[in-house]
Amino acid sequence: MDLSAISPTLLIASLMVAATPILLAALGEMVVEKSGVLNLGVEGMMITGAICGFAIAVETGSPVVGFIAAAVGGAVLSLIFGILTQYLLSNQVATGLALTLFGLGLSSLMGQSYVGIRPPAIDKLNLGPLADIPFFGPVLFNHDLMVYLTLALCVGIWTVLKFTRAGLILRAVGENHDAAHALGYKVVKVRLMAIMFGGACAGLGGAYLSLIRVPQWTEGMTAGAGWIALAIVVFASWRPLRVLLGAYLFGGVTVLQLNLQAAGLAIPVEYLSMSPYLITIAVLVIMSAPRKGGKARASLAAPACLGRAFHASN
Amino acid sequence: MTNDRLNTAGEDLLTIAGLTKAYPGVVANDQVSFSIRPGEVHALLGENGAGKSTLVKMIYGLVKPDAGTMTLKGAAYAPAEPRAARASGVAMVFQHFSLFEALNVAENIALGMENPPKMRDLAARISEVSQNYGLPLDPDQLVGDLSAGERQRVEIIRCLLQNPKLLIMDEPTSVLTPQEVAVLFQTLEKLRGEGCSILYISHKLEEIRALCDHATVLRLGKKVATCNPRQETARAMAEMMVGETLHVPQKVPRVPQDVALKIAALDVPARTAFGTSLKGVDMSVQKGEILGVGGVAGNGQDELCSVISGEILVAASQVKLAGAPVGDQGPNARRALGLLAAPEERLGHAAAPDMSLTENALLSGAVREGLERKGMIDWGKTRSFADKIIERFDVRTPSSNTAARALSGGNLQKFVVGREIMQNPAVLVINQPTWGVDASAAAAIRQALLDLAAEGAAIVVISQDLDELMEISDRFAALNEGRLSPPVATSGLDVEKIGLMLGGAQDTEDMQVNA
Amino acid sequence: MITLEKRPEPSKLWTAITPLLAVVATMIAGGIMFAILGKDPLVAIRTIFWDPLFHEQFASFSRPQLLVKAAPLILIATGLAMGFRAGVWNIGAEGQYIMGAICGAAVGLAFYPTESFIIFPLMIIAGALGGFLWAMIPGILKVKFHTNEILVSLLLVYVAEFILASMALGTLRNPDGNGFPGSRNLKEYPSAFNADLIPNTGLHWGVVAAIVAVIFAYVLFSKHMMGFHIRLAGQAPKAARFGGVEPARLILFCLGTSGALAGLAGMFEVSGPAGQISIDFNVGYGFTAIIVAFLGRLNPIGILLAGLLMALTYIGGELASFMLGVPTAAIQAFQGMLLFFLLAVDVLTSYRIKFAKREAA
Repeated sequence: MDLSAISPTLLIASLMVAATPILLAALGEMVVEKSGVLNLGVEGMMITGAICGFAIAVETGSPVVGFIAAAVGGAVLSLIFGILTQYLLSNQVATGLALTLFGLGLSSLMGQSYVGIRPPAIDKLNLGPLADIPFFGPVLFNHDLMVYLTLALCVGIWTVLKFTRAGLILRAVGENHDAAHALGYKVVKVRLMAIMFGGACAGLGGAYLSLIRVPQWTEGMTAGAGWIALAIVVFASWRPLRVLLGAYLFGGVTVLQLNLQAAGLAIPVEYLSMSPYLITIAVLVIMSAPRKGGKARASLAAPACLGRAFHASN
Repeated sequence: MTNDRLNTAGEDLLTIAGLTKAYPGVVANDQVSFSIRPGEVHALLGENGAGKSTLVKMIYGLVKPDAGTMTLKGAAYAPAEPRAARASGVAMVFQHFSLFEALNVAENIALGMENPPKMRDLAARISEVSQNYGLPLDPDQLVGDLSAGERQRVEIIRCLLQNPKLLIMDEPTSVLTPQEVAVLFQTLEKLRGEGCSILYISHKLEEIRALCDHATVLRLGKKVATCNPRQETARAMAEMMVGETLHVPQKVPRVPQDVALKIAALDVPARTAFGTSLKGVDMSVQKGEILGVGGVAGNGQDELCSVISGEILVAASQVKLAGAPVGDQGPNARRALGLLAAPEERLGHAAAPDMSLTENALLSGAVREGLERKGMIDWGKTRSFADKIIERFDVRTPSSNTAARALSGGNLQKFVVGREIMQNPAVLVINQPTWGVDASAAAAIRQALLDLAAEGAAIVVISQDLDELMEISDRFAALNEGRLSPPVATSGLDVEKIGLMLGGAQDTEDMQVNA
Repeated sequence: MITLEKRPEPSKLWTAITPLLAVVATMIAGGIMFAILGKDPLVAIRTIFWDPLFHEQFASFSRPQLLVKAAPLILIATGLAMGFRAGVWNIGAEGQYIMGAICGAAVGLAFYPTESFIIFPLMIIAGALGGFLWAMIPGILKVKFHTNEILVSLLLVYVAEFILASMALGTLRNPDGNGFPGSRNLKEYPSAFNADLIPNTGLHWGVVAAIVAVIFAYVLFSKHMMGFHIRLAGQAPKAARFGGVEPARLILFCLGTSGALAGLAGMFEVSGPAGQISIDFNVGYGFTAIIVAFLGRLNPIGILLAGLLMALTYIGGELASFMLGVPTAAIQAFQGMLLFFLLAVDVLTSYRIKFAKREAA
């Protein structure tokens, strides 16, 4: 085994890439959950986004159009979830699962003729002299545009939730939908918009996988990334900047185990490959364990109406 | 009684004429008409279920009337949503607060405003208004950490910042101590002085006599009377409201007996972020005695009830049943020993909403009534147990197969209270026995509790209704922020003393200082 | 304007009708999907739902397959339904199925080539135990640390898949297999082979276990306190505590039972129809069983029927892929659609639709 083959610079640079799809999906899901809706269909929306983005990028030759298509695809799929849970009051857990099962089937159906094709290449953003700075250049300033857009999205969501009226209304709906309704806010409308935003983000995350990270289309290629995104939202206690931290930690673990595989560590490949999932579980355990000293802090708690159906007559 | 003010509609702030709203199976409001003058405090009086809440929801734009018209300041008024009502100068303080626990005071207030200023400016205005009206509040505090009285201040300030012409208050004092009520009344008087009209909903007659200029009385959705409360006796208004003479329970004098239930040095940490912890609770109840526990909602009532019922486990010796330690035993083990409970929340706690009455009879009756053997359920026996409850407690239901949530609040309450009483408890703890129950059902429940005590059961009644506690309990204790005051005999207690107990003053010295 | 009005009680009639309504709606939507794929919708639907049972040429092959596919679905779904009714969401049955298969097969292979009647019962115990223990991980984490069982059970599916790969490539690889991945074939090891009890019917021990599980669950739900407590905990958690239900015990019971049943399903599959541990041993029964559980309205008898129907779509799907060139992925989408429609029409059991004229505002 040769650990010296692992370069810290490349490791950090590639963890940013590895974290981006999960970060996108987790940010979207966090907004959805902030509105009081639990959408377990992230995996399904991601993979649908992956194939929509891939197919359209291949057909048009433009990755940008591909990404837009992925966002639209994810949002449309999430709309099914939205209509079922918000208008037909179906169980959110079951409907989210259905979305994942359906998304996996739909995507492999759509992807029949795209297996083994290479998508149009995406250039890294040219940041000129910044990229030449030792260490920080390759780590921070040598990525594609989506990496930076995702970071901007993270800061944007944080700003909106904390400082704007729209963010305040979103949080209010998630905390107490009956009170929000009594004050005249349109609970269902707010939630539908949040759900579609979450769908679009998951779709973008999927497309990042199929267009940049892998880049290829294979059936079931998200391999649980959507579920990990869901776990990261819990890990992050529904806070955007912690979502960023969680996604980068997870990206780090993924990249590290891949590097260890390549370096020929004396652990079977399968056990290294399962490590990100095991670490995610371990983090979930740590985050959800009851704190010593009584009261859980309200600021770390899940939105109070998370997963509860809302019907105006009740 | 005729309404002499209809012909002066031109001066009125709000006139409503023939408002009607029907829900499946019930007409909530039937042709209700009255008007409110500028600067008056107008009472809307009626029992639970008389249609008061539906009526004000129509005025506030939350519910659309089926028929009828409203006129505000001489112009037609039909708010499509609360936003429109607020824009027209109508504001409302809800009975169950429309607040967000995880958000701070300023954010909560901003959510109730159309065009809130920047957060920093808003915080300044909140401080200003709260000082003007004697309602101290910190804009940065999380609402979840506030007491019920403070939460009501948030709602009121939210309304005041809009400069309302009409302020609707739905049962504002049901969550307040008598002292807090006095503060609230001062605020309302000040508002009245500034020309703001107040529509005041209550079923508490003394309050209305003290505060209101006019009263409209509703019964079963219809307006049955208008009066000037200052000129009527409480009894006369009660008869307008209820429409029949009430049966007042009889109390039998008792002699001291053995202690049936004892709770000692009980500390229970809060289980949720905004829950209440119990601190150093000591109490004991004798056989044949009713101990009344009063207190404003959210001061540890649910927690105390759960500790006694066995839903919250503590150290064995902290709860003793006839001398035997049971603190570490679950509800069914305690039921076997004769300790039964009836929690406050009927739907979802005392009963499962979607289950039939038969299944709900099994819920707490399985152990003592022998409805199961080796885990196998005897459905025949369970059904006949349910039928017996329905018969003895006059529960109005098509059958024992009906789902619990299909019953009216009063009928379901009779069922869940009856279910426990039918099992001959040695000790019964009951939380809010008559909340939301019509007067005759409430009287029946209270009488049943008195009969049970007369047969030798020890009973703990937790209630926010002080009149009820004074009526049936032998001794009285108050819960305040999870602390229980030492119980005192009910006879000889006056409102002021009770108020101080509810406010947390524990010994007489304290009381004198505060008084 | 259409509004929903809550019924005073859930409608029993609609509870029974909605699954049929969902199936019909799915056939229509599926027909549209097949038409988009360029296939004749009527032919496709007939090939999926009719031909496996009645086609003169294929039915003799397909009919036994019906039991083979339905048995694991019913077995797993019956266990899942217990949890779902209690509000315990085990969605990692696929992982428990894999672990049951690995444990069952490992015990059998450990005895190779000894022949004994005791080997198969031991494999059954090992299979159930494997699934049980794998499901206990989310169970214990939930009870001890309040960790979300949905996420943990699901993440463990991926872990189980890697363990499966490791077993097929390493520990359990057939020493006489010339280096090919995959274990010895248990079909060639009589003591460990889960053969058809009546040849060529598909009726193997797994089918018997599925029927036993359905009867067991039926009695549990209708006659036993445990079943009552499960329903109570799912509908009204606070009322359940009041009724003396210990949530921790219930969570462990539901996860443990559903895990053991999924493990059994995996063990019967690996020792019978599949025959060996291989990398692609699992085909998604653990996920499809979620659909089966809901389609059967979380009711054991309903699950029996729903399992047979879902098995039919599997077999019909293969037939449609072979006869008409319909991609097998279309069947997966078709099954997902079925669950959507089911959840959508479910609203009719607790609400009635009211057509009201829009009021003048």
